[in-house]
Amino acid sequence: MKYAAKRIATLLVTMVVVSFLAFVAFDLISGDPAEMMLGTEATPEALAALREEMGLNRPLVVRYGDWLLGFVTGDLGMSYDYYQPVGELLAPKILVTLCLSLLSFVIITVISIPLGIWSAQRSGGLFGAVHTTGNQLFMAIPPFFTGMILSWVFGTILHWFTPGAFPGLTNVPVALKHLLFASVAIAIPRIAMTGRMLRSTIRSEQRKSYVRTAISRGNDRGAVLRRHVLKNALVPVVTFLAQTMAEIVAGGIVVEQVFGIPGLGRMLVVSIANRDYPVVQAIVVILAFWVVLAGTVADLVNARIDPRLQLGGDA
Amino acid sequence: MKKTSMNGYLAAGLILTGVLVLLIVAGYFWTPYDPNAMSVGPKFAKPSLQYLLGTDNFGRDIFSRVMKGAGTTFAIAVATVVIGAVFGTLLGALTGYFGGLADAVLMRLGDILTAFPSILLAMVIISIMGPGKTVNVVLALGLVFIPSFARVTRTAYAGLRDANYVKSARLMGASSARILWVHILPNIMQVLLPAITIGFNNAVLAEASMSYLGIGVTPPDASMGYMLSEAQGMFGAAPWYALGTGFFMVLLIFGVGLIGESLQRRDGEVD
Repeated sequence: MKYAAKRIATLLVTMVVVSFLAFVAFDLISGDPAEMMLGTEATPEALAALREEMGLNRPLVVRYGDWLLGFVTGDLGMSYDYYQPVGELLAPKILVTLCLSLLSFVIITVISIPLGIWSAQRSGGLFGAVHTTGNQLFMAIPPFFTGMILSWVFGTILHWFTPGAFPGLTNVPVALKHLLFASVAIAIPRIAMTGRMLRSTIRSEQRKSYVRTAISRGNDRGAVLRRHVLKNALVPVVTFLAQTMAEIVAGGIVVEQVFGIPGLGRMLVVSIANRDYPVVQAIVVILAFWVVLAGTVADLVNARIDPRLQLGGDA
Repeated sequence: MKKTSMNGYLAAGLILTGVLVLLIVAGYFWTPYDPNAMSVGPKFAKPSLQYLLGTDNFGRDIFSRVMKGAGTTFAIAVATVVIGAVFGTLLGALTGYFGGLADAVLMRLGDILTAFPSILLAMVIISIMGPGKTVNVVLALGLVFIPSFARVTRTAYAGLRDANYVKSARLMGASSARILWVHILPNIMQVLLPAITIGFNNAVLAEASMSYLGIGVTPPDASMGYMLSEAQGMFGAAPWYALGTGFFMVLLIFGVGLIGESLQRRDGEVD
């Protein structure tokens, strides 16, 4: 429990630092929000009044505190472009992106772990060469290219779904099809990487003397694998899977565009092009929080798998 | 036997990458047709000996466009990796070798930066510097790639800080700069070279993604990402455009990946 509390404290500190960095960066670049809202033709008096009203004359740290408080309570400021609160604008999109990244994550985990375990049992010769080459090939396929092929084959030719016509999450079966193909596109290179990583950790674990001892004492090889090797080999893989969340988010930004899925990624691209900084800032912080959260969950899962980690040791 | 299979990846990777890079470099000087000229052939011509990858809706030769576009992507990726590797290694060498407060602070900062997916970070920087300029794409990606190189080299430098040969060089009065550059750097190639191949591939992907999204390289410069977004619109009429461009990129990443694979391995490692 103490370990979990420590991890969660670290998580909160990281979130504060991450959001502060984002806040400062956008504060530096966005220039004068008052001018952005009123346009360059505004009179100096009107600008000064709006600045005062928006609280832009206060020190940076105070404004950050204010912004963070707003962020936590769901008040993300106003979009320059849509004249709408950012929170309202993003709320439906957050859920879409969340579904997309969770689905990708599940696909990656469910396929790569059995694949890694299976391939670790075979080695050398033709299998090894084919495995390594295949891995490199799958890792080389960019998600948005797979996405284009999938949306052409299953959308345009087979008519399983209509690319670009995302119905919204309430229409579960149709939305699921969109998200499923998008997730597969994101997942393919990550499955290759995760499977390969698990395979190599299992194999280096299997070379250790405790495994030889266990087998020499007459234990079943499968049981040794399940009860001893996997437990140790999974820890780095769980960490790796959490890092994969960052890649899923990155892949999602592009793949949402390919399939026309209205999530945070598409919104981000549009907002960058329009220099709608409050929206960009909010999306960046939300996505970063999501990644940091995944890392913390991974640490907590690892502490369950390997209790030694709770004592502060390195596995 | 093991040795030959390892060299197999290196050979395959070098040959594949070599052929593609040759095409790319040739593309800087010569392409079969003008890559941007319209109506050099019929519209939507299928791939043939005359038009190796067919033509698009304007009758432009796709093979010429791929050569040219891959050139842009390649140049950006190389520049990115150079920026990332040079500054990252410098940072990693100094922090890893000297340690201390700066080391602790920079590494914590690096940890925190990993919360931002690299393409997200690059997009933030692009939005700061203004989208649509090639120089900004290079700078943004280069900056984003510095921490990962710094992390890898920092670990390597920290590990060798107290190696016997480093100690003896220090005793002989070698300057710190000389120790970092002449004594340690050649010994960390084992980790630096694979990091460079991985960085190159990530840079190709990141550039292509950003240009695909319209916030990277913009016309008239063709880049693979921009071409793919163009090709997606005519996937039905000219699938060879998307497939030709996409597979060229896949093969490039695959080839460099194979080289990286062989560099990462220690002698005698079995598949």
